[in-house]
Amino acid sequence: MTEIIRPLTHLVNLKSPLSLSDYISEGGYQGASKAIHEFSPKQVLDLVSDSELKGRGGAGFPTGMKWSCVPMFPDNDETDDDVPEFKYLVANADEMEPGTFKDRYLLEGVPHQLVEAMIIGAYTIAANRGYIFLRGEYHLAAKRLQQAIDEAYQQNWLGNNIQGTKFSFDLYVHTSAGRYICGEETALINALEGRRANPRAKPPFPQMSGLFGKPTVVNNVETLCNLPHILKHGAGWFKALSPDSDAGTKIYAACGRVKSPGLWELPMGTTIREILYQHAGGMADGLKLRGLLPGGASTDFLLPEHLDTPMDFASISKVGSRLGTGGLIVLDDQNCPVAMVLNLLKFFAQESCGFCTPCRDGTPWAVEVLTRIENGKGRKEDLDTLHNLCDFMWLGKTHCALAPGAVEPLKSALRYFIDEFEQHIDNGCCSYQQQGITQQTHVVQPSHGGQFHG
Amino acid sequence: MEYKMNAMPQINIVTIDYRQYLSTSEITSIEHEVSIMETREAAGIEALKIIQEHRGWVSDESLYAIADLLNMPEAELEGVATFYNLIYRQEVGQFVIHLCDSVACHLTGYQQVYQAIKTHLGIDYGQTTQDQKFTFLSNVCLGDCDKAPSMMIGKQHYQYLTPENVVEILDDLAKLENEND
Repeated sequence: MTEIIRPLTHLVNLKSPLSLSDYISEGGYQGASKAIHEFSPKQVLDLVSDSELKGRGGAGFPTGMKWSCVPMFPDNDETDDDVPEFKYLVANADEMEPGTFKDRYLLEGVPHQLVEAMIIGAYTIAANRGYIFLRGEYHLAAKRLQQAIDEAYQQNWLGNNIQGTKFSFDLYVHTSAGRYICGEETALINALEGRRANPRAKPPFPQMSGLFGKPTVVNNVETLCNLPHILKHGAGWFKALSPDSDAGTKIYAACGRVKSPGLWELPMGTTIREILYQHAGGMADGLKLRGLLPGGASTDFLLPEHLDTPMDFASISKVGSRLGTGGLIVLDDQNCPVAMVLNLLKFFAQESCGFCTPCRDGTPWAVEVLTRIENGKGRKEDLDTLHNLCDFMWLGKTHCALAPGAVEPLKSALRYFIDEFEQHIDNGCCSYQQQGITQQTHVVQPSHGGQFHG
Repeated sequence: MEYKMNAMPQINIVTIDYRQYLSTSEITSIEHEVSIMETREAAGIEALKIIQEHRGWVSDESLYAIADLLNMPEAELEGVATFYNLIYRQEVGQFVIHLCDSVACHLTGYQQVYQAIKTHLGIDYGQTTQDQKFTFLSNVCLGDCDKAPSMMIGKQHYQYLTPENVVEILDDLAKLENEND
């Protein structure tokens, strides 16, 4: 057997993804088959825990630990009133973090991998229903996933008594209708229940009381897609994929004005320098690297001096940011850092669900102040206001992680690009004269729960 | 004065069942979504999208009809409908332009594309052209960051936009007949 070093993406075909039979002849569904025929749910759980797989959606929570909190009920005990009618496994395919497009690649390129992964996940937590919560904008992914699911039903990989076992599992695609906040797992659950996607208070955690009040696990697409390969090749193989402290591979990406933006599946802990210069080809001609967000919009800025940091959860935290989704957003020297932060904060202000005051009022306030500064009408005390807002919206003061996510780029920009902020205020203008990039009109868009879109 | 129950005039409470407003195929699609959920109202978002697929947007009558079909209060469904940006509660044109304005498109200059669309069609975000062809909206990150700037019209994503090619795309669409009808 040839050694597989890019398990997640080696079967990706964006033009025409593998059909069920082709996927099987490439070794697909062997992981699921092994799980349901040879392993008990507990054995799969132990294997996944041993593999040290961590969530790829941004938080990096160990998957085995997340699953271990799901209450398991003894078999055939239908007389017990405590046994819920349904348990749920939900794939979080609501990929909306700006600068992130890795899940889309997996969904469009190899949809059967996710279906197989969900069979394994569902078997482990004894879920009998699953949903793929897909963002509404991914039309092609929706079509291909549905096709894959239909094929899987025809070949008894989904439905009742899968492949002659006692295990039954139904899988559906739910396409969402927008809003970034749906990616937060409890907001996602509310959205699946047909409600406004306001996050829920925790506890109770979804594993105990999630969708329709039943035990529910929500996993990111990339996390789930690792499962077939862990089942097939084992925990040791998975850990050996990376020389780093974090196991497995990661789909890293780069966007912004780099030579060749894109995404690459690489060993966990590949350095920022390797991703940016070897794979993305470095900065576009005539541009210099100014800074970057290592894992999507809601991570702290890093500087060129951090280029040799390995992109793993612990190393990126050590230099003051987060691995997040692993998608680099690269800022060049001809784009205004203040304008970039303003763009990011506008996003968070618009996408705030409006439930808690610090976020609902804080994010548009930051936009107002930043707009003033970018337009050359900033005041010295504005910088204090921004610092205070970073404090008002930090962890523990808001209902969910959206506002703290907005604070991360803002706070780090105030630290690393403070000269730029001060120049904007002192000179009464933005010094980046590049046509169009900074000549835009900035309209304050306060958060009002989606009304902006009519 | 003595209160006499019998003397009170009869009050006719008119209850309109809006369900008849929906077509059979719309109801069939919605009931399919209901069947895969534990509660009827959980199908609300899918139901709104189904109606929108058929009728272009969600009118008040459509909203009432869905609420009646799903046995839920209209106000609650309205709360849901206005929360999600891909549900249109106002009439939109034949083509709805969703221009990405998130950070990757910002860094690669979506602003010029925005200006080009605005100048070419004479409308700003939230507006529809007089001939009802185009509605212009912004959208958060479309996941096309490596091919930015980008926009979505209908089910199609358009990538690597420039002020020039975006005008060509819009002109080509404008030439199409109302194929959705």
